Amino acid sequence: MPMELLVTLVLALPIAGFGLTALVGRRLGTRAWIVAVPAIVVTWAIAMVVVWTALSGGFGTDGLHFTLYQWVPAGDFTIEANFAVDNLTAVLLIVVTTVGMLVHVYSIGYMAHDPGRWRFFAYLNLFMFSMLLLVLAGNFMLLFAAWELVGLCSYLLIGFWYPRPSAAIAAKKAFLANRVGDVGFALGIFAVWTTVGTLNFTDAFERLSEGLAGGQIEAWAITGIALLLFCGAVGKSAQFPLHVWLPDAMEGPTPVSALIHAATMVNAGVYFVARANPLFSLSPEAMFVVAAIGIFTAILAASIALTQNDIKRVLAYSTLSQLGYMFASLGVGAYVAAIFHMTAQGFTKGLLFLGSGSVIHGVHEEQDMNRMGGLWRRMPITHATMLVGSLSMAGIPPLAAFFSKDEILGEAFKNGFLWVWLVGIVVAALTAFYMFRLMGKTFYGPSHVDPAVEPHVRESPRSMTVPLILLAIPAALLGLVLGLPFGAGLIGQWLEPIFEEAQLNLGLHHEPVQILGVDGVLILVSVAVATAGLAVAIRLFGFHWPLRGDDTEAQPERVAALTARAPRLYRASFRKWWFDELNDLLFVRLGGRVAHFIWWFDRAIVDGTVNGIGDVVQGAGRDLRRIQTGRVQNYALGIAIALIVMAGGFLIVTAR
Amino acid sequence: MSGFPILTAIVAVPLAGAILLAFVPRDRPQLVRYMALGIALLTFGLSLALLAGFDPAEAAAQGFVRKEVAEWIPAFGIQYKLGVDGISLVLVVLTTLLTWISILASFKPITERVKEYMISFLILEVGMLGVFMALDLFLFYVFWEIVLVPMYLIIGIWGGPNRIYATIKFVLYTLVGSLLMLVAILATAFAYQAATGSWTGAFDYEQLRGFGFDTTLQVLAFLAFFLAFAIKVPMWPFHTWLPDAHVEAPTAGSVILAGVLLKLGGYGFIRFALPLFPAAAQAYAPAIIVLSLIAIVYGAIVSIVQPDLKKLVAYSSVSHMGFVTLGIFVFQPQAMDGAILQMVNHGLITGALFLCVGVIYERTHDRTIAKMGGLAARTPVYAAIFGFFMLASVGMPGLAGFVGEFLVFLGTFAVSPIAAAVATTVMVLGAVYLLWMFQRVAFGPVSDFLKGVGQHLTDVTPMELVTLTPLVALTVLFGLFPGLILGLIQAPVDSIIEAITGAHPVALLPWR
Repeated sequence: MPMELLVTLVLALPIAGFGLTALVGRRLGTRAWIVAVPAIVVTWAIAMVVVWTALSGGFGTDGLHFTLYQWVPAGDFTIEANFAVDNLTAVLLIVVTTVGMLVHVYSIGYMAHDPGRWRFFAYLNLFMFSMLLLVLAGNFMLLFAAWELVGLCSYLLIGFWYPRPSAAIAAKKAFLANRVGDVGFALGIFAVWTTVGTLNFTDAFERLSEGLAGGQIEAWAITGIALLLFCGAVGKSAQFPLHVWLPDAMEGPTPVSALIHAATMVNAGVYFVARANPLFSLSPEAMFVVAAIGIFTAILAASIALTQNDIKRVLAYSTLSQLGYMFASLGVGAYVAAIFHMTAQGFTKGLLFLGSGSVIHGVHEEQDMNRMGGLWRRMPITHATMLVGSLSMAGIPPLAAFFSKDEILGEAFKNGFLWVWLVGIVVAALTAFYMFRLMGKTFYGPSHVDPAVEPHVRESPRSMTVPLILLAIPAALLGLVLGLPFGAGLIGQWLEPIFEEAQLNLGLHHEPVQILGVDGVLILVSVAVATAGLAVAIRLFGFHWPLRGDDTEAQPERVAALTARAPRLYRASFRKWWFDELNDLLFVRLGGRVAHFIWWFDRAIVDGTVNGIGDVVQGAGRDLRRIQTGRVQNYALGIAIALIVMAGGFLIVTAR
Repeated sequence: MSGFPILTAIVAVPLAGAILLAFVPRDRPQLVRYMALGIALLTFGLSLALLAGFDPAEAAAQGFVRKEVAEWIPAFGIQYKLGVDGISLVLVVLTTLLTWISILASFKPITERVKEYMISFLILEVGMLGVFMALDLFLFYVFWEIVLVPMYLIIGIWGGPNRIYATIKFVLYTLVGSLLMLVAILATAFAYQAATGSWTGAFDYEQLRGFGFDTTLQVLAFLAFFLAFAIKVPMWPFHTWLPDAHVEAPTAGSVILAGVLLKLGGYGFIRFALPLFPAAAQAYAPAIIVLSLIAIVYGAIVSIVQPDLKKLVAYSSVSHMGFVTLGIFVFQPQAMDGAILQMVNHGLITGALFLCVGVIYERTHDRTIAKMGGLAARTPVYAAIFGFFMLASVGMPGLAGFVGEFLVFLGTFAVSPIAAAVATTVMVLGAVYLLWMFQRVAFGPVSDFLKGVGQHLTDVTPMELVTLTPLVALTVLFGLFPGLILGLIQAPVDSIIEAITGAHPVALLPWR
């Protein structure tokens, strides 16, 4: 019982914080965080107790299940507000509450001068509630509700600075792209219910796999359901072709980018596919699609990240790319690796975004990396923590993302997805390159900071640097703690029971890792390409290496020469492969024309017909005016006769 | 309490109130306003008492409860017969709620002929409540037509510049439909009399319900009923009176029009057209489903390009009411549950959206979206409430709209995945027109036009808050606890579905 209460509190505290802050936050002035931040700190502490209990086996293999109340009692369709906590949920809880708490603390300083801060903290609390509901939900409909709610929070927070038209447009774009995916998601949910008559995760997955085995459900139906549900994941986790919203989402305040658009909400799609592993693993076709979309997004986004100049956009494309890795991992059956990477990426990218926010703050709200440079002396803590994050992201051992990325690539290779591995290796090189291009342009290299701002650049306040340091710890050590020894780390022990059935469906065996054999070679290859990418970036954008006689002044020319060699590729990357232009053409211009045409049709044809009939009747009425005697008796007689004639006609037809 | 004729009281209070108001001196408009509000609140209280005393189990066993029967025209078996089940009950409470809110919302904007206005509103309430409670077809028809007159006056006298065109279109259009319905009512009565040899019960809904008319009569009568209800809902392509009527109607008129009047059509389908003519309903269901799908998508697409706030909300009603008819005509319990939920939720949410449009119209005397902008900065509380209902209309989970839509989609999918796929596109289209509208109205810098309005552009007044707050509360309540409504409507929905699925569909055109 107390555990149920604790889980309920994990949901209740953030929503209560939202309610209170929304109602009275305006009057709190600069102390608008006074409710919201403590609420999340307590939520974190409670969640840790739940996590500890779950991971130490306190809930058994099936996890903790309980029902709060009947949400939608509609006959034989009854949806409960029921929750489930197993080890997968627990891992998600760690990421969501920890990053969430640190972002809340960080925001105290970051938003201190914004008059709308009470709104900000209210929305953040609402987001925490929605995201926690998402990971705790025990059925499809509740998950879908949470899914929409996190989308709402994302909308509200991207558009937080709503007087800026670009923010308002980006917010709408994010919402709509998500909704497109959600149409498929919703249809998938309806298909699940129509097929197996339940929306509870455990029951639904059980019945689906039994139905397939027993022949009541056809294989194509399973594939169809899985792909429909996957549409939702594509939208929420911003995979191709719905990836366009995430880079624009950077219009939101930076803590939002860190929390929602890097560490938590965008992981929802990955979480969902992992949660639905008993379903996806029944359909090799669906798994293939997941892997293909994932790895394609990984390389597409990485190719764009190479040339962007907005520091947050580089990180956004990087997030897309890493999410692509996770889906590729799910698609090849490497579930544990996917969740591992999600965790590592969550902390690392959260750190990088908060770091970028600190930089942006430092150079007075400038996001263009062409107007930064040489900041490492002025912002030592930001620099050091971001260096940890960048090394981790680049896949340099022994930092967190090295372990997880390596596990993904290794498993792709060993499970027979050579193409995924090959593309993945290229992406790994690109990742290291763009991360250190970012580091070089921001922290090393010559300074291009606005001379008026230059003297005022200094390290951010403690409320911002402390979360950075706290996030740098997992970004550095998470892999060592969870990932060692290779193939038998803690994360595997936690999560393997969850994915046992999927592994069985896929016919995958867990083989011991041969560190002196194939695995060792794979690790060496990926570390080698990462180092190469990093070295090239440093040479082009980074330090002046006196020993080699290099000259930082010559760097821009070298970059220009390089881009001139492949101008088309450079333009394609710089213009993001023209996806925004394509969408504008298809949906805004063409869609607008269609809508205007239908409206014209409505007025001219549909309403025109109605009015036309009216005119004819009116014309006839003029001629019939003579019978309008003005005597009520005559009218009554007319009405009576008409009614009798009509009713008689009815009867005659009926009696025939 | 069971002896107290509460249904009659619910109809009689606004009627008596209207008569009473007629004797109040014309030069006391403030007294008229408060009296009208008091009467509407009393009616609301009575309907709440009815709700409190309602036992779903008892209603499930008896079909209808609190029945009141009196002879009216014995020669033809016409009775004064009222009764409620769960479906009528929720709509009765919705009506009494929206009526007092509308009356309160009219306090400031209506300054001319206040007395006539308030009397019209109370008569309107009588008609609407009567429709939801009548169990005699003739009585039902009388109430149905009563509704027309005050609405005609409300639009025609207190409406916008083009009000005469709009109100005549509204009345003629709905009259055409309802006259055919009257013919059908008479025809069924004749048929009943011919079969039983007696007029007793010829107009009695409960007698006619299980009667099983022969197929030709079913088809013809169904088509007549269909036309009346389809115009009222309104279904595509009978919807063009709605945008005109909404644009010209005063704010409170729009609230009632969208909130209750459109539901008369949906209610008519559920209560009369389906159970009386189940075989015909089944035969025509595929065609009606197609019309509903057209309404859903078409209404949403046309909403996108509306330049006028009220027209946008009006066309969105066409789309949203498409869910109601879709949910009704797939003959699936979850979908019908969803359709009824959607009726209530649409009443709350769209009613509130019209109130919101009214708030801005009252200050600027304009509703052109292009002239707005930056309201979130100028009038934050107003923008928050408007945004709340905008999101509720988009179907945000946790708010009322979501569950109804979800159930309609779900039930439709079970019957026809293709139809569900077409309908779910509105998840995107609905978001497009609502979010885009809200972006242009509330976000961005404050527009020059609004700057020109100057001091008049104030945030919501306390009185406006009083009208909007109950709707906010109910929108959240029904989003979190839709069971409050579902529990009431479960039994009647099941019995209607049973009546339909038990019947065999007839040929579409039996007279050929």
